[in-house]
Amino acid sequence: MRMYPAAFAYHRAQSYSDAVSQICQLGEDAKFLAGGQSLIPLMKLRLSTPRHLVDLGFIPGTSYIHGNGGLRLGALTRHAAIAASPDVARLSILRDCAAGIADPQVRHMGTIGGSLAEADPTGDWAPVLLATGATVKTLGPNGERSIDIAEFILDAYQTGLQPAELITEIAIPLPPQAGTGHQSRGSARWGGSGGAYIALKRCAPVYASASVAVQLTLSDEATCADARVYLGVLGLTATRVPAAEEVLRSGTIIDKTMEQVRRAVMDIAEPVSDMRGSADYKRQAAGALAKLAVDAALRRARREPVEVSHLYA
Amino acid sequence: MLDAIPRVRISVTVNGRQYVRELEARTLLVQFLREELNLTGTHIGCDTSYCGACTVMLNGQTVKSCTVFAFQADGGQVLTVEGLAKDGELHPVQQAFSDCHGFQCGYCTPGFLLSSLHLLQEHPTPTEWDIRKGIAGNTCRCTGYQNIFKAIRTVAGGENIGH
Ligand SMILES: Cc1cc2nc3c(=O)[nH]c(=O)nc-3n(C[C@H](O)[C@H](O)[C@H](O)COP(=O)(O)OP(=O)(O)OC[C@H]3O[C@@H](n4cnc5c(N)ncnc54)[C@H](O)[C@@H]3O)c2cc1C
Ligand code: FES
Ligand code: FES
Repeated sequence: MRMYPAAFAYHRAQSYSDAVSQICQLGEDAKFLAGGQSLIPLMKLRLSTPRHLVDLGFIPGTSYIHGNGGLRLGALTRHAAIAASPDVARLSILRDCAAGIADPQVRHMGTIGGSLAEADPTGDWAPVLLATGATVKTLGPNGERSIDIAEFILDAYQTGLQPAELITEIAIPLPPQAGTGHQSRGSARWGGSGGAYIALKRCAPVYASASVAVQLTLSDEATCADARVYLGVLGLTATRVPAAEEVLRSGTIIDKTMEQVRRAVMDIAEPVSDMRGSADYKRQAAGALAKLAVDAALRRARREPVEVSHLYA
Repeated sequence: MLDAIPRVRISVTVNGRQYVRELEARTLLVQFLREELNLTGTHIGCDTSYCGACTVMLNGQTVKSCTVFAFQADGGQVLTVEGLAKDGELHPVQQAFSDCHGFQCGYCTPGFLLSSLHLLQEHPTPTEWDIRKGIAGNTCRCTGYQNIFKAIRTVAGGENIGH
């Protein structure tokens, strides 16, 4: 039998704390395995050659979506489970993201925790979790930590995880719902939040060429109390676009605002030309995606049902 | 360095039959199926997680078996193309692919059959978009996909799809 990955010893974790203590004992040549959808391709190419794998996949109770007072996602929750969950209804941006990652087969294995730990600069979760202000819960030799997502993702393939530390949960605050958070203009319909994530891809089983995540809270039909805009894929990490957020917060959103958002995104994007397209193509794409994502987020904040999907080109 | 190549013992039910095997830990699910169990209906196309020729169902969900370690299926249920036909009768999805000529060389077909079955289980009357999304992880170099769509639509309009 031809064997692609270098040989390794297999260790099955019974619990998170078991996984942490096993990896502490095994030392630097050991790695955690979740769905394997990033690690296995790397191991087959021998770009990664761990001597020991500690399998998190059989630990009970690690895949869940709890929706009480904020969303809590178990680290081993598969992309497909998130895409299908009714509990993410108030955060449609999560479904946009989960449903657009690769193809059904990859979504059936890949996990949100593995995705975050991998911190692939072209991964889809980072911009979305940044836009929604997520917190990453971890367990390590020194106990549990809660890390703000903005401090968790440090650089391409670099996270705030310490040796032998693992992700246990991702917590996402629920945005204000229409008519609850903000009371204004005598209408209970305003004050809602909406978000959207749109990526441009060449086809399903490849990573995106450009992507934009937008999460807005309205104080009024067309005025934003809060706005977060993140650009994915085009840098070493997801890039916040403060100029676009400022424009969105600065007054009634009209066609001109959308154009300013597009410009702000294009100004900050630093794409490089590669097989996914030229730098200019990607910059233009990011600008166009930003307009689409803001439009979808706005309409969702107004409670219009809007289906968003990744674009294929 | 490791002294000897480490092995694992796994127990997997494939197409309803249980197998217990001891394997090198690094064995991929597709290698386990093809080379240990001689179930060569599952194909290897790209071997880089892209083409979906190696698609099988693991616990009711499609996976790319070239990108899954065999031990990840331990204790689980695997369905391969060999498990589709029953008592010498083609599965409705197979029959539809045959009737609609949903293949030419047939290399991609085992993977397409499993992905089609899964999408029909999720969307018994799929929209065009459901079909597109459902087979997005499978590549066919021959057909241009038209007849694959036709086959899937035929099953959707027809009998119950079993499994
Ligand atoms: C064909 C293909 C296309 C893809 N396309 C996309 C795409 O479009 N967008 C996208 O975002 N992703 C894409 N992916 C990647 C996919 O989302 C992976 O699921 C994800 O990146 C890793 O998750 P995993 O569970 O498979 O992790 P694994 O591959 O098991 O692990 C990845 C890394 O994280 C570590 N790790 C895993 N879990 C934890 C944990 N809980 N705590 C600490 N460390 C941990 C591992 O040690 C390893 O280093 C694609 C993958 C494939 C094969
Ligand atoms: S052979 Fe597995 S995806 Fe191509
Ligand atoms: S029939 Fe030849 S690859 Fe699909």
